[in-house]
Amino acid sequence: MTGQPLSLRGIHKRFGDTPVLRGIDLDVAAGELVTLLGPSGCGKSTLLRIIAGFEPADAGQVAIGGTVIDDRPPKQRNLAMVFQSYALYPHMTVFQNIAMPLVMQRMSFMERFPGVGRLLPNRRGKAQAIAGQVASVARLLQIDSLLHRKPGQLSGGQRQRVAVGRAIIRQPGVFLMDEPLSSLDAKLRVHMRSELADLNRRLGTTFLYVTHDQIEAMTMSDRVVLMMDGAIRQVGAPADLYRRPADLDVAQFIGHPAINLLPGAVDGSGRLALGGSARPVRVAAAATGAVRVGIRPEALQLGADATAIDHGIVLNAILVRAELLGAEYLVWFRLPALDGAMCVVQTRAVAFDAARHRGELADGVCLTVDPSGLHVFDAGGRRCAIEPQPPAARLSSAGGGRA
Amino acid sequence: MAIGQDIGAGLGPPPSARRRHLRYEAIAGVLVMPAVVLMVLTLLLPLAAVVVISLTDYRLGATTLSWVGLDNFVRMAADQTALRAIRNTFLYAAMVLPASVGLGLLIALLVHARTRTRRFYEIVYFLPVTSTMTVMAIVWSFLLHGRIGPVNALLSWLGLPTIGFLSDPDAVLASLALVGVWQLIGFNMILFLAGLTVIPRDLYEAAALDGADAAWERFRRITLPMLGPTMMVVVLLTSIRTFQVFDTVVVLTQGGPAGASDVLLYEIYLESFSYFRVGYGSALTIVYLVIVGGFAVLQVWLADRRVHYT
Repeated sequence: MTGQPLSLRGIHKRFGDTPVLRGIDLDVAAGELVTLLGPSGCGKSTLLRIIAGFEPADAGQVAIGGTVIDDRPPKQRNLAMVFQSYALYPHMTVFQNIAMPLVMQRMSFMERFPGVGRLLPNRRGKAQAIAGQVASVARLLQIDSLLHRKPGQLSGGQRQRVAVGRAIIRQPGVFLMDEPLSSLDAKLRVHMRSELADLNRRLGTTFLYVTHDQIEAMTMSDRVVLMMDGAIRQVGAPADLYRRPADLDVAQFIGHPAINLLPGAVDGSGRLALGGSARPVRVAAAATGAVRVGIRPEALQLGADATAIDHGIVLNAILVRAELLGAEYLVWFRLPALDGAMCVVQTRAVAFDAARHRGELADGVCLTVDPSGLHVFDAGGRRCAIEPQPPAARLSSAGGGRA
Repeated sequence: MAIGQDIGAGLGPPPSARRRHLRYEAIAGVLVMPAVVLMVLTLLLPLAAVVVISLTDYRLGATTLSWVGLDNFVRMAADQTALRAIRNTFLYAAMVLPASVGLGLLIALLVHARTRTRRFYEIVYFLPVTSTMTVMAIVWSFLLHGRIGPVNALLSWLGLPTIGFLSDPDAVLASLALVGVWQLIGFNMILFLAGLTVIPRDLYEAAALDGADAAWERFRRITLPMLGPTMMVVVLLTSIRTFQVFDTVVVLTQGGPAGASDVLLYEIYLESFSYFRVGYGSALTIVYLVIVGGFAVLQVWLADRRVHYT
């Protein structure tokens, strides 16, 4: 089974007066696992349905393996799909469900005909070949003991495997998945996640995977396509999206707990100020005036040493509340210097408990900001390139100010 | 309140819990009593009365009656009129049941595919269900009239021989079946439409990917199997209603000509209320109930396990 590359060019779609997709361009390499991630209603499922051929696009082009397939019916598009509901045929056994694509593909109309078909000479051989293939797919997915059952007698995870089996038996070039894990319980979801990623590696088939769950997207994908309001906001490796969000919306969508956004300002020389004091960061773009400063919860550290204070990468904070997650705490602080804006810090439980025990949190605490975890967004929400300012240069200017 | 406490009391210490459980059952018994009494009074007692009367020679208005055992049933086995009525009823059902179910399904499929005009067709086909059959039968008696009826006028205009729809013994049952189908199609269509609406769109899309996208394949592999439960209800209701055919017979033919359209319910009516042989009429009623009840039990028993997939 070899995967095929998938390419989308300028896909537009509107339902009535509502634009759902506003020009989607995307290239997926053969064998790649790409996730379409976005909040519900962002158009990701519609895009998948357009690729599958269930829905015509208003404009644009879909190509698989270099061939434009816009005019082909779903069955001739060399792709398979796993539906959110699995869409298993409830009146057929697991065997019949998985065999269905091959039966339709290889047997003639008369051979498929109930009763009469059995009398035809070629049918027996074809049926045996299909049965053999179903058996090997069932073994691959470890559902060979369930072949005689009906979908209603299976658990959620088993149904999911059957749906995958029905999809891979045709050896499609592209494999579409529409939130396939959303109806499983949390534990099974974690398990199936790795199993699907593993399947992608073993089969070499191109996977296009739709989800609204960023953890699924982050853990499984080679690349993540983040969609919002019918447009692609950012395409990149999971770590890219997290570490270098292209705009404010992406930064807010990716990451849990959500990124802290604090009001800041950039002066004429590009120096960033946060809470009234200058910070050792120079904003490269010509964005002056009000900006939004994003700091990931784990880029803030409890306490500060002399160097940190001296470098001006410290925020004064007052503890509001703490939530224990197990190994870590989520701690909410109020920042008096920023008009009481709230920020959340993710910190190791041991360190937090020790600090609390020593009474360090009672009246105000210093939070050290890791400058590499700092993101600056201009008034339009776009990411601004930043460069940490060398401490020496900063010291001289700050020293001048103090004198 | 008391009941709620008693349910929770199952967790309490054993002796008192058992006493409370008994009290719970007593209260439950009191609460279902009205329903039981009503059911006995309105369903079971009349049925028992019919069974008892069928074993007597009771005549309507008579002051005496005598026990005749199974005589009524023995007589029935040799009664050509009764046997003909039973045969006619089955013939009628054999025509109406497949036609009204098949056409109801066909029209439901066509109407389901409409978008804007769907409401219109639903109403049009459902109209016969809402109308009174007795009144509509009068309209049919005009339409199907041998000499002045527009249907025959149409036939002769087309150069075809006219048909004595209600006067020809060979045609009269089919004519009644036509009216019966006309009335039942709408009802069946509505039931099928309800069944069609709940078939998930995903299934058709999965089928389209799997290669089953031709109309016939969609119907055979998705629509028909998924309509299984609906189909069972429709066939059950339709067969009961076809065995109940009565009003069209009364208005259009009175069982004629020469008993060619005599059906079971009409025969029961004649025996009981025209000839006042209530004992014999009750025996016929028992036969009718056995046929209809048997049909229902058979269908549910045969089909129930096949049409529900979970």
